[in-house]
Amino acid sequence: MVSDDFDVKKEWRKAIKEGISAAWPICLGYIAIGLAFGVIARKTGLRPLEIGLMSLIVYAGSSQFIAAAMFGTEADFLPIVLTTFSVNLRHLLMSSSLSLYLRNLSGSQLSLFAYGVTDESFALNMSRFHGGKWGWRQALVVNHSTNLTWILSTVAGGIGGQFIPAGAFGIDYALTAMFICLLVFQLRRVHHVLVAFFSGVLAVFLCLMIPGNSYILIAAFLSASTGLLLRKRTWRKNETEGNR
Amino acid sequence: MKGEIISIIICMGIVTYIPRWLPLFFLTRHRLSPWLIDWLDFIPAAILSALILPSIVTTGEPRHLEWAKPDLWAAFPTLVFALKTKSLAGTVVIGMTLYWLAVYFH
Repeated sequence: MVSDDFDVKKEWRKAIKEGISAAWPICLGYIAIGLAFGVIARKTGLRPLEIGLMSLIVYAGSSQFIAAAMFGTEADFLPIVLTTFSVNLRHLLMSSSLSLYLRNLSGSQLSLFAYGVTDESFALNMSRFHGGKWGWRQALVVNHSTNLTWILSTVAGGIGGQFIPAGAFGIDYALTAMFICLLVFQLRRVHHVLVAFFSGVLAVFLCLMIPGNSYILIAAFLSASTGLLLRKRTWRKNETEGNR
Repeated sequence: MKGEIISIIICMGIVTYIPRWLPLFFLTRHRLSPWLIDWLDFIPAAILSALILPSIVTTGEPRHLEWAKPDLWAAFPTLVFALKTKSLAGTVVIGMTLYWLAVYFH
């Protein structure tokens, strides 16, 4: 792609505007969850600087909550790192899906993009990519504006969190509500609804039977595969319509 | 202990970054077969649902089913609102408010 500086600047300006106007609801949720994380992390003995570093270096909400809890119980190096790894392994699937839309990027651009892949940015960007009119610049702006919000909110929670009463304003539900709407964005066809239903039910069964967080990955893997079989069957049915 | 926390955080960062980076770096450089593309298309819905449902119907350690959680009851109207409006911000605000009320009256 050949374009001069001016065009690139213009494109970035447009991308920043569109990216932020898509990302601000996620930022809103991150402020709530980030404050909550800061409060909890502070209680387990992490200092605001360490909280900020964790948000910057790890940048994965649920694993940060779990790690903070483990820091509180004086857990060792290896259990914390291994738990973090297993909780965040699901990003493997998300980055695989995103790769469909980021095929023209350079290695360093991809490496920068990979840093910001979260449940929320992934789900939002995927639904936007699907609607067309969405580029890697917009997606990158979503990743990094939400990232910045997360870092600032967690540090703010660590510094001033004692002033927020526990459970205030339904903060604990911000993540679930965000997930519910992001799921709605993904339900484009009846197959997606079936896969989501199957995955949810399967995840509940699995999480009751196996400890840890591997149930997320297993349920998603199996139900996406089931969805694939389902789609193949529908195709075949359409092809042989009338013969049966 | 201070140094140890930092080194734990750095290692957490590394093991988190690798699964994010690996598929992006390699899959974007290969042609993907149509069935893999179809499979990946189901991943967002599958993951989100696997994240939501267990968190609203199970509780405790070891986990067990709990149908009376406000998490579950707030989820229905939140879902309806999301389906009707497709508004992420609105859903977050409505969800938090409903949950707050549900906990309050629980």
